[in-house]
Amino acid sequence: MHIRKMLAATAAAALLAGTAQAADMTGITDTTIKIGNTNPYSGPASVYSTIGKTIAAYFKMVNEMGGVQGRQIDFISLDDGYSPPRTVEQVRKLVEQEQVALLFQTLGTPTNSAIHRYVNAKKVPHLFLATGASKWGQPDKFPWTMGFQPTYDVEGEIYAKYVLENVEDPKIAVLFQNDDYGKDYRDGFLHGLGDKADELVVSMLPYEVTDPTVDSQIVAMKDSGANVFFNITIPKFAAQAIRKSCEIEWKPVHLLNNVSSSVGATLTPAGLECSKGLITALYVKDPVDPQWKDDPGYKEWVGFMEKHMPGSDMTDANYAYAYNVSKLMHHLLDTCEELSREGIMMCAASMKGVELPMIMPGITINTAPDDFYPIQSEQLARFDGERWVTFGDVIHVGDD
Amino acid sequence: MAADRPNPVTPQLLAGFGAAVLFAAVVPHLVSDFTSFQFTQAMAYGIALLGLNILTGYNGQFSIGHSAFYAVGAYTAAILLYHFEWNHYATLPVAALVAFAVGFLFGLPALRLEGLYLALATFAFAVATPQLLKFDAFEHWTGGVQGLFVPKPEPLIEGLSADQSLYYVTLAVMVFLMIVAWCLLHSRSGRAIMAIRDNPIAASTMGINTALYKTTTFGISAMYTGIAGALSVFVTEFVAPDAFNFFLAVNLLVGSVVGGIVSIPGVIFGGLFLVFVPNFAQDISRAYPFVPPPWAIFGIFLILAIYFVPFGVWGAVERGFAWWKRKSAAGR
Repeated sequence: MHIRKMLAATAAAALLAGTAQAADMTGITDTTIKIGNTNPYSGPASVYSTIGKTIAAYFKMVNEMGGVQGRQIDFISLDDGYSPPRTVEQVRKLVEQEQVALLFQTLGTPTNSAIHRYVNAKKVPHLFLATGASKWGQPDKFPWTMGFQPTYDVEGEIYAKYVLENVEDPKIAVLFQNDDYGKDYRDGFLHGLGDKADELVVSMLPYEVTDPTVDSQIVAMKDSGANVFFNITIPKFAAQAIRKSCEIEWKPVHLLNNVSSSVGATLTPAGLECSKGLITALYVKDPVDPQWKDDPGYKEWVGFMEKHMPGSDMTDANYAYAYNVSKLMHHLLDTCEELSREGIMMCAASMKGVELPMIMPGITINTAPDDFYPIQSEQLARFDGERWVTFGDVIHVGDD
Repeated sequence: MAADRPNPVTPQLLAGFGAAVLFAAVVPHLVSDFTSFQFTQAMAYGIALLGLNILTGYNGQFSIGHSAFYAVGAYTAAILLYHFEWNHYATLPVAALVAFAVGFLFGLPALRLEGLYLALATFAFAVATPQLLKFDAFEHWTGGVQGLFVPKPEPLIEGLSADQSLYYVTLAVMVFLMIVAWCLLHSRSGRAIMAIRDNPIAASTMGINTALYKTTTFGISAMYTGIAGALSVFVTEFVAPDAFNFFLAVNLLVGSVVGGIVSIPGVIFGGLFLVFVPNFAQDISRAYPFVPPPWAIFGIFLILAIYFVPFGVWGAVERGFAWWKRKSAAGR
């Protein structure tokens, strides 16, 4: 850890030294600032195109209000169809032809992987990526790339912390999807349990996304005598797991990953009665949750949606997500004293306690030159048969 | 029909070909690195289209699964580069061989299938490929969902940028493969390949081993496409399963038809269409609010292309040339 910190400090020092010479002002003039983005407006992942559209609407609103530090934002969002070679082409176009100052919210794990080295070689800020993978926070190796949302392994660590502090004599069963997503969660959870992981975990079973059911895994887990169940599954399998454990009357402390926390997509099919007592970790305010009705952040978001995105389906959580992240970029550019590529990167790596309207109260954005994970806290919530009710304090993991 | 045969060698053709190659050789010095990179992509597509043209245009076998052979070539090169640190250009012959073998083997069951049924079988192959690449058992080699990084080849000649150098390599490979395809199609084997397309029963009566020719043609076609895939890896420096989805297979077919499916030089136009038209559509769609979204524009361009040049760009060039010759002969 010390070596990593030293390296990061060196990287930050190198950034500083860079600014002492001529700052790279590409894409930034006295009147404009150019921001590049790729988003799947076509292809299999085009459901996420709402994010790109919301960001565009947000920056349009910012420009109408006078821009950032007197500069208009020129937001150029190109379609990559979620295909990595297209992303490479579009990002090269943005960097070499359009000469953008920075890249923002490029979407997808394989697509961002394809440009990861390129943008770092070109020294272009690559900020707040729309992906939950854990590799976007390596300032020592990739000082120009920074993620946004809590990564899967961070969330896994949060559950581990909860179990260690709140369950007496835990015997843990883990069910996980056998791919990068499942393994990220699993590894974060095991890391959080620390040295005791081997004794505490009594059953660890994978499933394939092509499997018809996870019933046999649930039965085996009950037989293992576990009293804690960490359920790392996508909605379809989460619903099966909840229903099956209810049927065979296995009642462990049931931790459900955030990926499947949707009441409509997971809990209703599983049965709301069976879902009582489930625990999950949240960081975005659920737009359909009535408890936010009078919340100022929620009202601000609704005001924006009604004025600038009329007719949108407000139950789609991606709108809230996009609003949060746009607001963060707006805040960054508005408060950054030195608008150059290096300056923006340094400001991004020194955010302290930034609050966003649609993020759970008590969760703030914090970064440092050696911490490129903006959100590392989540709020636990328990399902009461109707909705998620938050309990306890915000749980935080990581260095800061 | 004359247009169904490869063009005969005439002095005009040779002069035109030479001029085109010379022109292509100066392009990277006239445009930016980014544009050279786009042209390199277009040429890589062009090589893949050449493979598809040999199979579909000249041999009459349909494939909407060439994205799979593209992936085979791409992953062969990437695995050799990533795990064994080979020289970039040494991976090309291996990618060619592996793609040939896969194509030849796929050609065997394809013998029993004709027309639409063959198209469906190749479709299944195209759909299965991205999933197979993500399959756990191969993950150590393929990198799973995350894919593999490969370095960009160093410039071959000092003073060239990496993009320019790769442009020249791709151009050289494309020109070489075009000449090979031309020689193949003008040989005895070439006539056999086309005879099978025109009338398989007559062809076998003439003593042509239809099964052998069809599978071999499948292999050669896959080989061309595999080489294109390997070159595409050098261009993008990265492979991931999501790059080889069914959309790529359809795109290859589109490029082939737009360029002229029964032609060799047409693949250049097909490749350019695939790279530049979607970008152009996106640019004008962004610039003018009343213009429909990019893929709708792409569709409009495609329909216009099919309507005005039904035999592809090269088909139109050939017909225009024939018309001009008739006219000047009549004028004399």
